[in-house]
Amino acid sequence: MPCVGDWLNSPLSIVQGIFAQNVPNSDWEKKVTEYFKEKLKENNATNWVPSLNDVPVHYLKPNSLVKFRCMVQDMFDPEFYMGVYETVDPNTNARVLHFGKYRDVAECGPQQEIDLNSSQTVTSERQTFYCVPVPGESAWVKEISFLTEPVQARVSPSTSYTPSRHKRSYEEDEDMDLHPSKQKEQHTGKSCCSGGDIHGCVEPKRLETEASAGHHVISPNCSPPLDLNFPLPGEKGPACLVKVYESWESFKVNDVLEVFGVLSVDPVLSIVNSEERDSSTLDPMECMDTAEEQRVHSPPASLVPRIHVILAQKLQHINPLLPACLNEEESKTCEFVSNFMSELSPVRAELLGFLTHALLGDSLAAEYLILHLISTVYARRDVLPLGKFTVNLSGCPRNSAFTEHLYRLIQQLVPASYHLRMSIESMNHSRFIPHKDYAANRLVSGLLQLASSTSLVIDETQLEQGQLDTAGVHNVTALGNLITWQKVDYDFNYHQMEFPCNINVLITSEGRSLLPSDCQVHLQPQIIPPNMEEYMSSLLTAVLPSVLNKFRIYLSLLRLLDYSISDEVTKAVEEDFVEMRKNNPESVTADDLHKMLLVARFLSLSAGQTTLSRERWLRAKQLEALRKARLQQQQCVNGNEL
Amino acid sequence: MSSPASTPSRRRGKRGRGSNPPTRKCSQDARSPPSQKRRTDDSTSTGDLQPMPTSPPAGAQSPGAADALFSSPPQFRHSAIPLDFDISSPLTYGTPSSRVEGTPRSGVRGTPVRQRPDLGSVRKARQVDLHSDGLAEDIVATEQSLGQKLVIWGTDVNVASCKEKFQRFLQRFIDPLDKEDEDIGLDLNEPRYMQRLQEINMVGEPFLNVNCDHLRSFDENLYRQLICYPQEVIPTFDMAVNEIFFDRYPDSILEHQIQVRPYNALKTRNMRNLNPEDIDQLITISGMVIRSSQLIPEMQEAFFRCQVCAFTTRVEIDRGRIAEPSVCKNCNTTHSMALIHNRSMFSDKQMIKLQESPEDMPAGQTPHTVALFAHNDLVDKVQPGDRVNVTGIYRAVPIRVNPRVSSVKSVYKTHIDVIHYCKTDSKRLHGVDEETEQKRFTEERVEMLKELSKKTDIYERLALALAPSIYEHEDIKKGILLQLFGGSRKDFTHTGRGSFRAEINILLCGDPGTSKSQLLQYVYNLVPRGQYTSGKGSSAVGLTAYVMKDPETRQLVLQTGALVLSDNGICCIDEFDKMNESTRSVLHEVMEQQTLSIAKAGIICQLNARTSILAAANPIESQWNPKKTTIENIQLPHTLLSRFDLIFLMLDPRDEAYDRRLARHLVSLYYQSEEKMEEEYMDMAVLRDYIAYARSYVNPRLGEEAGQALIEAYVDMRKIGSGRGMVSAYPRQLESLIRLAEAHAKVRFSEKVETIDVEEAKRLHREALKQSATDPKTGIVDISILTTGMSATARKRKEELAQALRKLIQSKGKAPSLKYQQLLDDLRAQSDTAVTKEMFEEALRALADEDFLTVTGKTVRLL
Repeated sequence: MPCVGDWLNSPLSIVQGIFAQNVPNSDWEKKVTEYFKEKLKENNATNWVPSLNDVPVHYLKPNSLVKFRCMVQDMFDPEFYMGVYETVDPNTNARVLHFGKYRDVAECGPQQEIDLNSSQTVTSERQTFYCVPVPGESAWVKEISFLTEPVQARVSPSTSYTPSRHKRSYEEDEDMDLHPSKQKEQHTGKSCCSGGDIHGCVEPKRLETEASAGHHVISPNCSPPLDLNFPLPGEKGPACLVKVYESWESFKVNDVLEVFGVLSVDPVLSIVNSEERDSSTLDPMECMDTAEEQRVHSPPASLVPRIHVILAQKLQHINPLLPACLNEEESKTCEFVSNFMSELSPVRAELLGFLTHALLGDSLAAEYLILHLISTVYARRDVLPLGKFTVNLSGCPRNSAFTEHLYRLIQQLVPASYHLRMSIESMNHSRFIPHKDYAANRLVSGLLQLASSTSLVIDETQLEQGQLDTAGVHNVTALGNLITWQKVDYDFNYHQMEFPCNINVLITSEGRSLLPSDCQVHLQPQIIPPNMEEYMSSLLTAVLPSVLNKFRIYLSLLRLLDYSISDEVTKAVEEDFVEMRKNNPESVTADDLHKMLLVARFLSLSAGQTTLSRERWLRAKQLEALRKARLQQQQCVNGNEL
Repeated sequence: MSSPASTPSRRRGKRGRGSNPPTRKCSQDARSPPSQKRRTDDSTSTGDLQPMPTSPPAGAQSPGAADALFSSPPQFRHSAIPLDFDISSPLTYGTPSSRVEGTPRSGVRGTPVRQRPDLGSVRKARQVDLHSDGLAEDIVATEQSLGQKLVIWGTDVNVASCKEKFQRFLQRFIDPLDKEDEDIGLDLNEPRYMQRLQEINMVGEPFLNVNCDHLRSFDENLYRQLICYPQEVIPTFDMAVNEIFFDRYPDSILEHQIQVRPYNALKTRNMRNLNPEDIDQLITISGMVIRSSQLIPEMQEAFFRCQVCAFTTRVEIDRGRIAEPSVCKNCNTTHSMALIHNRSMFSDKQMIKLQESPEDMPAGQTPHTVALFAHNDLVDKVQPGDRVNVTGIYRAVPIRVNPRVSSVKSVYKTHIDVIHYCKTDSKRLHGVDEETEQKRFTEERVEMLKELSKKTDIYERLALALAPSIYEHEDIKKGILLQLFGGSRKDFTHTGRGSFRAEINILLCGDPGTSKSQLLQYVYNLVPRGQYTSGKGSSAVGLTAYVMKDPETRQLVLQTGALVLSDNGICCIDEFDKMNESTRSVLHEVMEQQTLSIAKAGIICQLNARTSILAAANPIESQWNPKKTTIENIQLPHTLLSRFDLIFLMLDPRDEAYDRRLARHLVSLYYQSEEKMEEEYMDMAVLRDYIAYARSYVNPRLGEEAGQALIEAYVDMRKIGSGRGMVSAYPRQLESLIRLAEAHAKVRFSEKVETIDVEEAKRLHREALKQSATDPKTGIVDISILTTGMSATARKRKEELAQALRKLIQSKGKAPSLKYQQLLDDLRAQSDTAVTKEMFEEALRALADEDFLTVTGKTVRLL
């Protein structure tokens, strides 16, 4: 590849160069980041950088530049390291300065020793984050983001390739869903072929990777497996210790980051472990860390690689179809947005049709589903999160695998999602709330540790009667809190810590859900297909991949738009509210107004309008009225509901 | 002044006794990495890795052993050992020789020195003559006169002047303004630390805690030195204290010499702010203990005996290792020396993990932890879960990858050597009746808060800032605001009345969907020690405390519930009406006595539960019935209701203007950006600080006028009813008024309750009453609805009916028994108002109580 040069393969030598030039003053650090920033700005340069999400670790060159898209799962204590140090040759007394940044081990030549008391030594501070791939990331996100990469010189055209990939992923998902117990083996077995699948090309090199990939995954099973602490069960992908050198205060737990940095898989790191274990009896410093803590904080580098971050940025979204950063200044993104806006209404109409079919012909429910999918918490007023729109889709047929298939469709549309099947057993036995393990000094993840704007689909149709134990009650309470306040109280044993989140919750249930929700929509199926599976999969194959991609852009883009209400419309809404109250004060409360305003907001946004118009307001009212009428009707049928 | 300069050589000799002095080239060993800004002089030493800097080289642990060691005269040692490159100073106090010279008085001689592993005295300090070149660091100045110019290598500390200054501090320091709890029994006009020394003499605990703040106000420079070079300065302090002490109390017998423990270094910081600059400095941080290790015996001195000739020798720990002598010096046998554990010396050590306190954490990040090493006495002083302020020296030590390979992991391990612990919540546990929320405010913050308090509309402003997303309900917000501030705590224990409740309890009742829960949630999020429970889900046990068996120790432990946990805070109870009877009964004690009595499984105790209760209740018929009284609407016992200072109704107003404003408010929520909202209202953090400051620093007392106003108000309240022959106010209402007035004074940061406070208290109280205690039948506010559960008019009507019935029966003549139905019909015919069956039965019951008649089944018999 032309002009890729050293900065990709051996970034440290570049750093060394800059360091050597500027050594007396300390601004070499700034120059390094500037250099790499410049390099990455060049056309598509970011695509040249291999990604840890895609390529197995052992296949990447140590000390090369890599990128990683991840979620911050835990933050370890900051560490002090030798930013600059000096080595001495005891024979010649020659002194050389080195930099310790972007390194785990202070290196020195065979004949040299490190002078720990040198006046040149600079101690600096860095912070370690424990990062995992974005939990619940949809298969299509990976597929698309790595297909566009020229680095692997892929030949297969995307269109012919995508459908087959879908099919494969379905089978895989299904297998996992049907036999949760088998998940472990499935995961080891399948991951290598899916790994190959992603790259989709038949280089001999690739084959070799697959074989070793299989090895790689199996090998940890021999020794006691290290829990990589993924929030969701059955996740795969590399976990990573990300070392951040600047402005780490700005990152928070559960933030989604893209980092560019130096990959460090120095085997010395693993030696450190064994050494330390042996000498622990001698060295009293070591007794301060339990074996458990050792294991977690310095796992073998082959399993959990280190990345020394040169550049890091928070991601607003992980949809590869959108420009990564939606700044208004950049003309490119502006163009992209305005282009898409121009064809917005046909996309919306098509999406509505698609979802109507998916919801068995219920267009009202489909309308609400769109509103739900573009909802996002845009602000918090004291404790009240604004913009959350939890929909309870009641009246789902129980026995046909309807909810299962509905989730598959949603998975195809949103970048990250998780399907939570509620059952007495799962509520009692799974861990929802992350908790702090003080023995290992880490935050043990739970199901509810999800990145912002993940879709959580809760399936209540499988829930049977039974008794919840203490853990189950806690879990249900946590779900309730998540829905009402958009926060999760992490358990720190001696106290609780509140972590705000932004998760779209969709509840499918037969009757009204036992969980709170902002709005209940009762499903009225127009058609009952005899074979649900066939019906649903044919629905998906009927959609062109390009159209599907439009849907994806539509849903991701619209939730990022701003919104306002003009004074004029405010007046009108006021009038309306007063009028409604006058007629029947019982029927319309402040809560209802809240709901209508929410619906109006998302209705306007879904049409690409960033201000509320009178028509939209009326339409929102109309929708709400329809929905309520349907609920009332349902109550009459059932008699005793609510 | 004793001669500090002449010591090094002797010390060196002492240390080398018995074994060959190791070829020790580098005197400073591996210390913590140099923080960038100091110690710039170049050192030629190669610097070896020091895995354990905390271990002291010389170990004089037990008094007996130390005594044995010191028996030989110092002079002899001096002459026996040649001068050595490795100089040190009297600062390595802790070794016997320095003791002998440093305090040449009789009292000191008898008192053994004790190692200070917390200071890590491995690192021997070198002195540098300020007037000579950098090379002069090796010069050992033996003349006394030179001592004045000497400073410890790498610092600007001059031992002699430092000692002198500290002695002056001890002898002269009088605290001008401070009033700490621990000062009880101290004469504030006498030098504070001299009294402390006297205490040490009496009690025999050889530790002197020194508040760095005092030192700072006394001598800024000395304080700076202490913070920057604690390792050098603290031993100097020790020396100074001991000189003074044994000068004063020559006959005093202590376990070992007094050690100085500074605390409250002003650099008190959040764990998050620790950075490489703090290495080797004295710091104070606060946090929560999350884990403590077992006791680790650390060998200070090894005892070896030759297997062949039984020759014995001692080897001191050197950089964390004991060098086993390979050859017996007596008989020259190789590999004959064996370690005798029983005669070796050990010191206690413990590793503790400290986690930053939840309040210090920025939102969305996980807490940091830091390792602490506690030594000797400080071992086992804290348990997991304790909140502590730790003063100690911050250390960083490099980690060697492999002893045989020269490459080093480029990361340092950090820890803090503990010098002083201060449990922040110990007082709370022991129930000292004093607000101990020691939240620290910076001076600018205090200024800002005070500035804010001067605004005339501060009360309204704060009320507005409270839960801005909830619309209107201004009086309710004001009530809650006063609750957040609370009244002043008064103690009448000496007069036998016990303490008066200072907390204000509030009940909100009203239609569902009027954002009661949201208000509760807001308050819960605002106060530091708040608890949120739902009446439906909580049991009496969950609210109070329960006894459980610890799975590990099989020991019974008391687990506290929500009410106890919110001691000094607010307990928010949602769905108060759904709470079952037995649970509610627990609240009776809590809401008036502010304690919880527990008698369970052999544990009988009384816990403090000085909590304000903010409860929300829904009406029994899901919609508030304006035709009924509060009691009837929410079905709560009046005994409980009367314990609430304020009861508010939150009703859906059904008024057009209100609807309009509400709509505008809600619509604005949906498009205003976050920044704009911030601007409009006071920041939640400011509000929180304002409240915290007022709660801990403002304690208003009733002024003369205010007292009069309160009396008038109370008399007025009593008068309202007296015209109609009923009691309309009780002492409880007076107490409520006082509390509210005090809280209002606190809002103004005023130390005195004035008439305006009373006025507002009266107004708020009246407002609340107007809502909750209005008799729906007469439209008159009637306090007895809340105190007795029945309005006075209702009671009067009941009595009238009973009298009418009696007359009716009497008019019937001598019939011994009457038919029930007959009587009811007659009464109905006679009465001009409607008589329900219930009313009739009540009247009958009243007459039965008077022994006028009895009711058996369907017949009424006269007696």
